[in-house]
Parts: sequence; structure tokens; C-alpha cells
Amino acid sequence: MAKNDVKVLGAWPSTFVMRPRIALNIKSVNYEFLEETFGSKSELLLQSNPVHKKIPVLIHGDKPICESMIIVEYIDEVWTSGPSILPSDPYDRAIQRFWAAYVDEKWFAAMRGLRIAQGEERKAFLDQVTEGLALLEEAFGKCSKGKAFFGGDRIGLLDIAFGSLLGWLRVTEKVGKVKLLDEAKTPGLVKWAESFCADAAVKSIMPETEKLIEFSKLLMAQMKGAPPPKN
Amino acid sequence: MADEVVLVDTWVSMFGMRVRIALAEKGIKYEYKEEDLCNKSKLLLKINPIYKKIPVLIHNGKPVCESLIIVQYIDEVWNDRSPLMPSDPYPRACARFWADFVDKRVYDVAKKVWTTKGEEQEAAKKEFIEAFQILERQLGDHPYFGGERFGFVDLSLIPFYSWFYAYETFGNFSIEAECPKIIAWAKRCLQKDSVASTLPDEKKVYECVVQMRKRFGVE
Repeated sequence: MAKNDVKVLGAWPSTFVMRPRIALNIKSVNYEFLEETFGSKSELLLQSNPVHKKIPVLIHGDKPICESMIIVEYIDEVWTSGPSILPSDPYDRAIQRFWAAYVDEKWFAAMRGLRIAQGEERKAFLDQVTEGLALLEEAFGKCSKGKAFFGGDRIGLLDIAFGSLLGWLRVTEKVGKVKLLDEAKTPGLVKWAESFCADAAVKSIMPETEKLIEFSKLLMAQMKGAPPPKN
Repeated sequence: MADEVVLVDTWVSMFGMRVRIALAEKGIKYEYKEEDLCNKSKLLLKINPIYKKIPVLIHNGKPVCESLIIVQYIDEVWNDRSPLMPSDPYPRACARFWADFVDKRVYDVAKKVWTTKGEEQEAAKKEFIEAFQILERQLGDHPYFGGERFGFVDLSLIPFYSWFYAYETFGNFSIEAECPKIIAWAKRCLQKDSVASTLPDEKKVYECVVQMRKRFGVE
């Protein structure tokens, strides 16, 4: 598949953009990464995602695919010669999808709240984040069955959904001076995070914590002026 | 070995209706357990401890939660009949996108139409119509969102039709006036047994919403 047949529209700091990139790396698919300029939306983005106007967008030939986890499933279904991202058993697939949706709908919102909020409100978000991590630790035990990843021996759907958040999790730990992944409380997730970040499909695209911290200052400044860029 | 299929649900839930339509499309026999959401059962709290919500499908003792995840599960297990998803990856991705659109852009704003008043309600009505106008454009001239056949997106959206009378009454507007193609599509879907036997009577839904508004303190 020629490189310019597969494009990813996105931005390097974005959790959601990491997901299709990891999936394409797992499948050894070459792609062109088209970076959006911070603070504006390109014509190509507005044309290929007119409904939500958000990144990431995968453009395969002339077909745009939107929404990060939908893109990941698409990648898994198209490039069948590479390692599978979803398990083959329908029940296992349902469990992976359930937790991926939980990460996006519940846990991500709590993480974002934790980064921004102050005082009592911040404490409430911290409790939600910590409770969520306890649930995910338990889910990891059940899904991994003693192996390195939620997907077993290899990175799977839920690893991608949750692992893509590790960059910003580290930012929150450093800037917020709080320990979220903890050897005592979430030992499974601590080891998993190391394995995930070290994986060949992830290493080259996981943003460095310091760079994300610098970027988050830009984001905060923009938030004070205009509505924050959505992912 | 006979499959044991149980659905924990509540009759008025559009999310539950999605699962019931899917089960009917596939001709799957199941036990239905009606849940009282004001007094959640021990069973519900055990099978969906994270969200404590319906619907939950229990297949041979194993619970599956979240309506669209359940529908995909049903499609993948009973894959020998009445496919709910397209077979090619690109149309499948599109189907997932539009079902996700219904969840993100229709449900919350529809709820605001019957739970709010004044300016907030007017804003919700505007967003509601916009969302359905986008869906109308997506439908185009096809009989269904799935093209020639009723599919995943149709199943995700049609349950909301049983709530239209309630939205229109509380919101004081006509959905047909704004989105006639959506109404035509809905009536087409209702000709299918799986939909007609699942969707509750709109007046019964309205009565239920009247009670819910009292509980929410909207009146």
C-alpha cells in the first residue's frame, strides 16, 4: 500500500490521534501524518469531517473515517494480514469495547476535570480518577490473564484506548503533584504502562511529558481567551 | 446446547428497544426482566456495577452492557442470519459513526427538550432539529440508513420515534414540519415486525414522561 494512500489528519499532542497511529504501526502500514496547525482547522479537515470537524481523521484512498476508536476497528478489519487488534471471541470483544467506552466517556472526563479544576471540585475529580483506576486495575487482571497487555501477549483495542492517555496522565501527575499510577494500589497498571510505552508500535509516537507540559500551557492560555480545542 | 438469553431492561428505554429490535431481527428467544429504575434490583447492581443501567443482556450467565455494544455482540454471535452490520469495513465504519452520532448529538439534547424550560429548552429544540436535519441529509433518497436494508443505524435511531410525541408536546413543535423525510423513514421502519412489536405506544411513553417530569421536579 503506497504511503500516500493512507493519511492521518491530526496533531502530535492528541490522545485520540495517537490511537489510529498505534493501530497502523501494529499493522506495519505506512501512512502520511498531516499535522493540523494549533488553533485552526484546515480545509481538508473541514471537508473530511464536516459533522464534528475534529481530529483524528483517517483518509484511506479517498474515503474519510472519523472517531478514533471507529478508525481503530476499521484498521483492524481492513489490514487482516497484520496482528489482530480485537480478540476473535465476541464476548471478549464486547468487554474490550465496554472498557474502551468507559475510558472515553467516564474516565477521560474526570482526568480533564482534574487538570483544570481547583479546590473541592479538584478533590472530587481526583476521587473519580482514582476510583476509575481501581476499576481498570481489576479489568486488567481479568483481561490480561497474567500476560503483559489487556489484549494478552500483544497490544489490543483496550490497550490502545487507555494507553493513549498515558502521556497526559504523566503530565497530570507531574504538574498536579499527585501519584495516579501507584505500585501499591495499581501494580498491574504500573507494569502495563511500562510495557505499553516501550512497545515498538507506541515508542516513536508517545509524546514526551515535558513537551506535553509546554503544550498544556499554550492550551490554558487559549482557554482563557477562546473555547478549548476539542478532541 | 440451548442458549440462555436474558434481557434486563425497562419498556420505555430507547436503548433497551435497540436490543429488543436486534433480538427480534435475529429471531432469538429470550427472557425479559422489567427493571424499576427507581428501585434497582440486586441483579442489576451485580451485572452492571459500573453504570447500574439498563439494558443488560445476559448470555449463558455472562452480562454484556451498553446498547450498541450489545447489538454488535448479538450480530457477531448469531452471525448466521439477518446481518445488522454491513459486511465491508468502510460501510461498517460509517454505520458505527452514525450510530455514535445518535448517541452524542441526539440523546442528551432530546432529554433537555422534556426536562427544561424557557431559553434552555429553546436552545435544545434548535440543536435537536439540527441533529435530525443532518441525519435527513445522510439518509438522502435511500429507504434506510443501511441503504436498501434496515440496519445498525436505523435500529439505533428508530426507538426515539416512540418518544417524538412526548418531545413535540413538551417542546411545542412539530418534528414532521422540520424533518418530513425522518418521519417517512420512521413509518417505513414501523412496517417491519421487529420494530412494530418493540416500539411502545407513543401516548403511553408520553404518560410515562409526565410522571418522570414530576419526579425530576420539572413541573
